[in-house]
Amino acid sequence: MSTAARSTPGTARRGPRRPDRRRVPVALLVPALLGLVFLTLPLAGLLVRAPWGTMPRRLAEPEVLEALRLSVTTATAATGLCLLLGVPLAWLLARVDFRGKGLVRALVTVPLVLPPVVGGVALLLVFGRNGLVGRPLDEAFGVSLPFTTAGVVAAMTFVAMPFLVVAVEGALRGADARYEEAAATLGAGRWTVFTRVTLPLVAPGIAAGAVLSWARALGEFGATITFAGNFPGRTQTMPLAVYLALETDLEAAIVLSLILLAVSVAVLACLRDRWTAAP
Amino acid sequence: MRTVIAIAAAALLALTACGADADGTGEGGELGGALTVFAAASLTETFTAIGEDFEAAHPGVEVAFSFAGSSSLAAQINQGAPADVFASAAPANMDTVVEAGNAEDPRTFARNQLVIAVPEGGPDGVAALADLADPGLKVALCAEEVPCGAAARTALDAAGVALTPATYETDVKAALAKLTLGEVDAALVYRTDVAAAEGVEAVEFPESASAVNDCVLAPLEGAPNPAAAEAFAAYVASEEALAVLTAAGFQAP
Repeated sequence: MSTAARSTPGTARRGPRRPDRRRVPVALLVPALLGLVFLTLPLAGLLVRAPWGTMPRRLAEPEVLEALRLSVTTATAATGLCLLLGVPLAWLLARVDFRGKGLVRALVTVPLVLPPVVGGVALLLVFGRNGLVGRPLDEAFGVSLPFTTAGVVAAMTFVAMPFLVVAVEGALRGADARYEEAAATLGAGRWTVFTRVTLPLVAPGIAAGAVLSWARALGEFGATITFAGNFPGRTQTMPLAVYLALETDLEAAIVLSLILLAVSVAVLACLRDRWTAAP
Repeated sequence: MRTVIAIAAAALLALTACGADADGTGEGGELGGALTVFAAASLTETFTAIGEDFEAAHPGVEVAFSFAGSSSLAAQINQGAPADVFASAAPANMDTVVEAGNAEDPRTFARNQLVIAVPEGGPDGVAALADLADPGLKVALCAEEVPCGAAARTALDAAGVALTPATYETDVKAALAKLTLGEVDAALVYRTDVAAAEGVEAVEFPESASAVNDCVLAPLEGAPNPAAAEAFAAYVASEEALAVLTAAGFQAP
């Protein structure tokens, strides 16, 4: 692990020219602080306008809990799907030579550029009742994705997977390939190398990608409402509930947003602690 | 260096020349400048046409529309969006704008009624509101938070029909889109939306009479271009504009 550890900042302590970690050039500090303010000000806006008195009552509303439960379960399921499909895809991009790789890499990032609503329409055209894949599915098995919870997961997976692929591919390219080569010369097949060497090597990258995907899925709105519609308890996730609350009651929308924020921050903070505590 | 200064000076001149017109009145008190109209999604086609007619009548004015659900627009206006005119598909959303002190004396300029939208030539057997309760049918309704959904709730209650839709859409165009994409078999939308869409036909039902939505309009307080806002409000009430509205399926106020 010594090669991998060399790049981590902790080892700098042993080096002869140890930089003072508390001195920051103004040219970096000012934009960094501006960036932080820009990112956190909208949150402050929510907090200032939040009607704190009504918070407990809203939290007890069954519709709110239902939307929250649906959001967390679908985002988690979507992250699972992203891992299942995205890690192999990232490995393919990082470790296998084939023609048109640049094109494939560009295609993977399409959902990042595509407005989510357009993504939702595109999903309908493929998996909808009259879609390329949806019609045969419907006719053969009576399975139809739109307006179902599975449809929500599909929409979330579509928008979230690029985050995972990009993160994991980056980790794979940064990882030292010599470990894999050593395992291969010792007789390990590519599958064994992948599961026993590659995966543990890029685990932090995979975890980071999974967190990004989960967060993106949790906040998903456009593709979900276009592809899966809006029905309480089935497809109405928190962002959809927030949007509809905004139609009639700004304060309710703020409360719902804060609840979603609190849950996501809590989950991410717990996960982060667990990783950093791990050896 | 001299050319750079010359170009900069020319650009500055051009800028100030434009600026003279931006307050809404050009030479001789004629209307001018940009006019921003926030209009309900159900008014997309008619107001686009009315806006072009208005521009033809007042060549100095450029009309820009923001079409969205009436409630989103009302929320944007109350949060300080720089709009000149608000046209709402339902009085309730205008009320919130008036209550916030952002508009006065809204005028009803048209009425809109719900119909059952179905694909052209199908599905068979949808002749009344009660037929939508068939569990084999997928139906899109608007969410009750938006005007078309509130109207649908009123009509369904009037008809005594209990209906579980496949989805509660966030605005009327979204509900219609689910139908035109073939994902639902029927949708409760405005008559005007069906008239504007292709491959869709309307099934009228008597209970919609209990859920007629008034379309109301008002120039906004603090409008960046108040003169043009008043003129546009007056124009929407004119015979020419009413002709456009009724041709699209609206009823006269």
